[in-house]
Amino acid sequence: MNYLIIIIGAIFVNNIVLNKFLGVCPFLGVSNKVSTSVGMTGAVTFVMVLATIVTWLLQKYVLDQFNIGFMQTVTFILVIAALVQMVEIILKKISPPLFQALGVFLPLITTNCAVLGVAMLAVQKDFNLMEGVVYAIANAIGFGLALIVFAGLREQLDLANVPKGMRGMPIALVVAGLLAMAFMGFSGIV
Amino acid sequence: MNQWKNFSKGFFKENAVFVLLLGMCPALGVTTSAINGLGMGLATTFVLVMSNLVISLIKSQIPDKVRIPVFIVVIASFVTIVQLTMEAFVPSLYKALGLFIPLIVVNCLILGRAEAFASKNTIGSSLIDGLGMGLGFSMALTMLGGIREILGSGSLFDIRFVPEDASTMLLFVLSPGAFIALGYLIAVINRLNRSKK
Repeated sequence: MNYLIIIIGAIFVNNIVLNKFLGVCPFLGVSNKVSTSVGMTGAVTFVMVLATIVTWLLQKYVLDQFNIGFMQTVTFILVIAALVQMVEIILKKISPPLFQALGVFLPLITTNCAVLGVAMLAVQKDFNLMEGVVYAIANAIGFGLALIVFAGLREQLDLANVPKGMRGMPIALVVAGLLAMAFMGFSGIV
Repeated sequence: MNQWKNFSKGFFKENAVFVLLLGMCPALGVTTSAINGLGMGLATTFVLVMSNLVISLIKSQIPDKVRIPVFIVVIASFVTIVQLTMEAFVPSLYKALGLFIPLIVVNCLILGRAEAFASKNTIGSSLIDGLGMGLGFSMALTMLGGIREILGSGSLFDIRFVPEDASTMLLFVLSPGAFIALGYLIAVINRLNRSKK
């Protein structure tokens, strides 16, 4: 399969947040400021790519080999939880500044369904390892794009005079809907 | 705590979707019709009740440091049970919900209740808490699914009430409609909750 199709498809056409609804919690939760959403994107990219590689190998060489595919959910979530912990410990040791930047976001990622979702989709779509990695990177970029654009919109929204009942989450959701509508314009490219 | 209060808080005062804003991914992702919303809600309720039950049973055995991985394993086991059961008995619903069934595992609602409630309370009240929270979540998903289905395909629970050739607001079954419908629904619920106080 063509890598370009995977990349364009994952970033724009089937955007992970706005079209597949994975990772909506961090999308709504940490999108108050552009700076925090950049940090979150970094942490998600890191974990998503690592998790996809590890789970892909596990699926191929353990689950498929011994015919225990029904253990997929349990194995994958454990791998991701362990991975997040490991990344946290390693980053703390070798790169304190990076840890400072990403630290607070790492524990949140275990329950980010985007990570588990992408790992499962990469297996479901029968990607080989390289395609899986490209798919994970593209999805992370898609997540970051949606998150950062949305954070920018919300920063502007703070200045607007919103009707009282719509303040906070309701107006944020409507704005997200409009953003999703904009992304719908990309459908049909691939 | 009063058990009725414990049960009913999940519906309005602490509704997972409308008030706590937990479990937004399935709430937005699967609610293209009322039946999908209800199915997802009930599957989540089952996992929530069972994991609350087991976690409150073994809470004194779990070392504090590894409690989150333990919770996740318990939850993931029940999700696998639900996944296999649904694949066997309701294959069409299983297909419609797709990836979101295994993703019940990362529904922050379930881990949140395990951490905040089941690991600190008795078995009885954990069960009731799980049931109330789960049914409140189901109610929210069914409402959102119903609204989207009525506006988007002109039917409710697959019963069509507009003529075959009538045009409906297709936007509401597509992804932007999910965000917009939920946004307005939360605004209405906020208003209702405020007027009750």
